[in-house]
Amino acid sequence: MLFQPINKNYHEFCIDRDKDLCINCQVCVRQCSYEAHFWDEARQKVMHDNSKCIGCHRCEALCPTAALNIRKKPSDFRTNSLWRPVFLQNIYKQADTGGVLLAGMGSPVDIPVYWDRMLLDASQVTNPSIDPLREPMELKTFLGAKPKRVEIVTGKDGKPSLKTKLTPQIELNYPMMFAAMSFGAINFNLHRAMARAATETGIVYNTGEGGLHKSLYKYGRNTIVQVASGRFGVHLDYLKAGAGIEIKVGQGAKPGIGGHLPGAKINAKVSETRMVPLGSDAISPAPHHDIYSIEDLLQLIYALKEASEYKVPVSVKIAAVHNVSAIASGIARAGADIIAIDGMRGGTGAAPAMIRDNVGIPIELALAQVDQRLRDEGIRNNVSIVASGGIRCSGDVIKAIALGADAVYLGTATLIAVGCTLCGRCYTGKCPWGIATNDTKLSKRQNPDIAAKKLANLIRAWGHEIEEMLGGMGLNSIESLRGNRDKLRGVGLSDTELDILGIKHAGR
Amino acid sequence: MMATKRKKKTLTAGSTYYKQFNEEIRALVKEGVTDFTLNAVNGQRYIATALEGDLTFDIHGVPGQDLAAFMRGPYVRVRNNAQDGVGNTMDNGRIVIEGLAGDVIGYAMRGGEIFIKGDVGYRVGIHMKAYLDHQPKIVVGGKAGDFLGEYMAGGIILLLGMFSDKPDAPVAGRSLGTGMHGGVIYVRGEVPENQLGPGLHAQPVDSDDLKVIEGLVKDYARELKLDSKAIMGENFLKIRPFSHRPYGNLYVPC
Repeated sequence: MLFQPINKNYHEFCIDRDKDLCINCQVCVRQCSYEAHFWDEARQKVMHDNSKCIGCHRCEALCPTAALNIRKKPSDFRTNSLWRPVFLQNIYKQADTGGVLLAGMGSPVDIPVYWDRMLLDASQVTNPSIDPLREPMELKTFLGAKPKRVEIVTGKDGKPSLKTKLTPQIELNYPMMFAAMSFGAINFNLHRAMARAATETGIVYNTGEGGLHKSLYKYGRNTIVQVASGRFGVHLDYLKAGAGIEIKVGQGAKPGIGGHLPGAKINAKVSETRMVPLGSDAISPAPHHDIYSIEDLLQLIYALKEASEYKVPVSVKIAAVHNVSAIASGIARAGADIIAIDGMRGGTGAAPAMIRDNVGIPIELALAQVDQRLRDEGIRNNVSIVASGGIRCSGDVIKAIALGADAVYLGTATLIAVGCTLCGRCYTGKCPWGIATNDTKLSKRQNPDIAAKKLANLIRAWGHEIEEMLGGMGLNSIESLRGNRDKLRGVGLSDTELDILGIKHAGR
Repeated sequence: MMATKRKKKTLTAGSTYYKQFNEEIRALVKEGVTDFTLNAVNGQRYIATALEGDLTFDIHGVPGQDLAAFMRGPYVRVRNNAQDGVGNTMDNGRIVIEGLAGDVIGYAMRGGEIFIKGDVGYRVGIHMKAYLDHQPKIVVGGKAGDFLGEYMAGGIILLLGMFSDKPDAPVAGRSLGTGMHGGVIYVRGEVPENQLGPGLHAQPVDSDDLKVIEGLVKDYARELKLDSKAIMGENFLKIRPFSHRPYGNLYVPC
């Protein structure tokens, strides 16, 4: 062990194998896609290489005798709050390879999580709370442009009818959607599971930028089809297949840059769906090269509306960046029906670590600012706002809605529901949980029936919790909470933060 | 090709807003009209966008942005110049432009042909891609602006540089083919090496290339009433990607 390169010694995890419990069954050897466990022919027993462990906990979960524990390697570095071990490890790696640091999943950096600094209200005495178990509670949400006012006419039979022509809407039973995660980044079993769970619960899932496999067209009413800069799998059938079309301009985990789906992840089915050759990188340019201005964005929005004959709303997804509210105003004026804003903690299959951890702003601040700006300009009704990027529980969902979101996208939470442990190696194509991989053997670890069930369970459970919290506030409809910031109070926040969030401090 | 029963219709665009104009065209297609003559077209956007099948459009005047975007199958002839975004993400069909065309022609197109007689603007053929028998082709008779064939992932761009209004300009602007990872760009005559994207070089064509070029030129010349022999009477060079995974070694896991 003496002459190993320095980064071989300073790895993140240790595999603890209890020698008394281990029966050398080699389950761990078969389960570990990173080959951290191996069969030692000379010693006739299972051994491991700590430096290969990525901390996914798959072996620990499947070990039949519970002989395995994955621990963080106790650091040998002298304590230093500036030069934390992660910086040393990264420098060693980059000095060895000259490579750009690549990361998977959302940013783990320690920036304020404003969800945790906001608290909800509840009714006491003066207005009664509502028990959703016995009283009606409305979570139904419609995404799309709303008219400034509605005109109603009374017919000869005395019955009223709507005179105002409404623009197309996406109907959701819950104010939640499965976020854009492309087929290619995650495998077909999970796309099938998202499509089924969305259909079962009456919400929608987003295809991401990898196209839509033919066999999933039947779930179209519960699908948003995405159009990104690479235009993978984008054709007129695809554009007409969904309940909505989303132009992906940016992603919270990597604002301002495109994506490379590595050729290694492009198998026959991915190639067929994206309509790209097997094994070639699928490169998404950083910008759409037909969008260099708000006017160009308008042009693409209306190209998509023409292509879908104005039957579905068009969404524009952007990353939360410094001037997000001015950009959102431009998007609303360009004719988008929905603006999706992805905060800097949003997930990704692959992003340069420096960009993921240093670029963008938290969704809470972006959301509050966009909602306020659109209200100030009198155009809030022209668009629905969808928030995403690190929404972890129904408490975060309901706070997002009180801050002004119409609905939220759940990406990382969706993956965690099917077993993701956030090990963050999605870009290797070796996901041991069978999620971010198209390997035939590994993707079998996800059974689409079970995954669909888990996803539907998550949506229903969060739905119940949202109903409880709404009822507690004396509200019987999610509509009454939308942008109702009086139901939020901040704790431990500065005046500037409170001002940006548009909320009072707790106690006021 | 001409198996379906043909039904002709002439429309005048004039000052009709594009939304109504395209709605009318879509309704007529549903009624079985196959061959459209569009007169007095004044920059109406999205003509023939997302239309499918064996249709023809004879366009007099200048069509607006995103002509034939997402199109799958129709034949479009423009008797004049065209604007930006012609054949955006188009799937199949043929577009013939008798004049010049603007920026972002054939963005992410996956199949079919775009033949332009004159010059084109910036960012033409960006992210063209091929898949199985889908092989998109763009032929530019004049010169091209910057970023021709950027991110190109498949298909063929043939740049002739012959029928140009810009005598002093190089045949293609800077960053020619930059980031390409599939497909091929053929250039008639010399390629200005300093205009090429990083890592790319112009190479001589071989007999297989010449066969492809000849076939394409024959089609192009017939459509635009040009002399294919004159076009072929000069050397061609080709630009190919140096890798299908140009950024494969860029990263290290953190």
